[in-house]
Amino acid sequence: MSDITVRIWRGDENGGEFKEYVVPAQEGEVVLDVVHRVQAGQAPDLAVRWNCKAGKCGSCSAEINGRPRLMCMTRMNSLPEGEPVTITPMKTFPIIRDLVTDVSFNFEKLKEVPALKPKPREKDGTYRMMQQDIERGQEFRKCIECFLCQDVCHVIRDHEENKENYAGPRLFIRYADLEMHPLDTNDRRKLLQEKAGLGMCNITKCCTEVCPEHIHITDNAIIPLKERVVDDRYDPIAWLGRKIFKRSSKTQASA
Amino acid sequence: MTRYGVILVTLTDSNPKPVSTPVSLGGARGGPKVKTLRKGAWWLPQLASGVGLALFVAYASWTAIRNGHYYVGIMPSHYYVGSGRDYLSPFYSPCLTNSCVNTSNHVFNWWKLSPAFLILIFPGGFRATCYYYRKAYYRSFWFSPPACAVTEPHKKYSGETKFPLILNNIHRYFWYFAVVFAGILTYDAVLAFRFSGGIGVGLGTLIFVVNAVLIWLYTLSCHACRHLCGGHTNTFSKAPVRYWFWKKISVINPHHMLFAWLSLVWIGFTDFYVYLVAMGTIHDPKFF
Repeated sequence: MSDITVRIWRGDENGGEFKEYVVPAQEGEVVLDVVHRVQAGQAPDLAVRWNCKAGKCGSCSAEINGRPRLMCMTRMNSLPEGEPVTITPMKTFPIIRDLVTDVSFNFEKLKEVPALKPKPREKDGTYRMMQQDIERGQEFRKCIECFLCQDVCHVIRDHEENKENYAGPRLFIRYADLEMHPLDTNDRRKLLQEKAGLGMCNITKCCTEVCPEHIHITDNAIIPLKERVVDDRYDPIAWLGRKIFKRSSKTQASA
Repeated sequence: MTRYGVILVTLTDSNPKPVSTPVSLGGARGGPKVKTLRKGAWWLPQLASGVGLALFVAYASWTAIRNGHYYVGIMPSHYYVGSGRDYLSPFYSPCLTNSCVNTSNHVFNWWKLSPAFLILIFPGGFRATCYYYRKAYYRSFWFSPPACAVTEPHKKYSGETKFPLILNNIHRYFWYFAVVFAGILTYDAVLAFRFSGGIGVGLGTLIFVVNAVLIWLYTLSCHACRHLCGGHTNTFSKAPVRYWFWKKISVINPHHMLFAWLSLVWIGFTDFYVYLVAMGTIHDPKFF
């Protein structure tokens, strides 16, 4: 088999540049295998974060030929043959070194999400949930927190200043998981619109395109949340209905 | 590292109020400062969508302005070349003004422009605020972003939080109208079975039926429809009817983009077919 040329971004917060490495091609490899071979031979100081090599830990997120992807789930034979493979760190987050970025933004935003506040227990002291009540949330809990959706989201990728008031797609599926929970009594819609920046999302679906778990982030989380916000503040008929029937908006959502 | 004031909330408050806690965000980013490192024709889908939408807008404008040849009448007083059919262009349905050739309605007799403009506000508004078309025109015309992981050209970005884009939140109201219009186009499809000699099926009949089916598929696969019919519910086990609707709509919702394009192209084709028959350019074949 022929050789592979990889161009890897080397640098830190003070700047960096592409460095080119040539390694022999091997059958069945993924990008992370090649990076490991570069690290094991030509660049032992190359910083790369990884863990499971099975697409389940979400550690090896990077941009391969400009597309946010997991290095461990990108097969070399899926990339254009004979061309150099470009590997850069996730653009949206501050660089630490080489391919490693500081993703603490996401964990800080996670702290802003109001936790589940369950309604009172039933008379026998238990909670009961039927399968159909919780199946929507099960899709959201497939998230491996690779933060590729956050990385590709142009709201913060191209506008650093928006980070202050924008949670991002990964957090929106967390909000959706809790908002749709059959036991939850918290109402996060005002928070979503005013502080989490749900209105900033213009549903261009890049988050869904890059999700390695194939979660339908836009269709099943963000758009339903937007519709719930519309229920709460942009729908005069829903508002009138709540006034006439003296229902809280959360009561309506709780069926 | 830049230091921002960021909002935290209390965890168990039933109406969470923001409280301020400072956290560190920002910092120098890695990678080259280029627009994108993506290879291949990443611009092609956006270009195709943009051209498709622009062509349709141009066609719809022309057909609305032309204000004629939108009806093939079944009555002798409405006879055009190739008549004996009851085909009304979907761009002019329902006929609401005196100028409309197949009606004596006086409700909108003050309207002096083409009646199509009265009609197109509603399906036009439905499509303009549709979640799929928003994605399409934000990418194709606003370049916000031009494609995934391609830097957008704007210095500032506020999304759908300000006028006019905040108006996209009224999508569900256009959906209510869209259901009415889907019903009207279904009625038109039924009328397309009428011929001067009785009931029959012509090529135009089939075109009208397909048009109605595609409009219904597009309307019912809408995200707002999915929410209103059941998605707003948290406890599906206590709302079996809403759950049934939600499940059914969830089957077709992932194909909303497909139905959006098919229905868009077909409604234009339907209008053009009526135009050609009304002009006498082609003869509408009757199968039986």
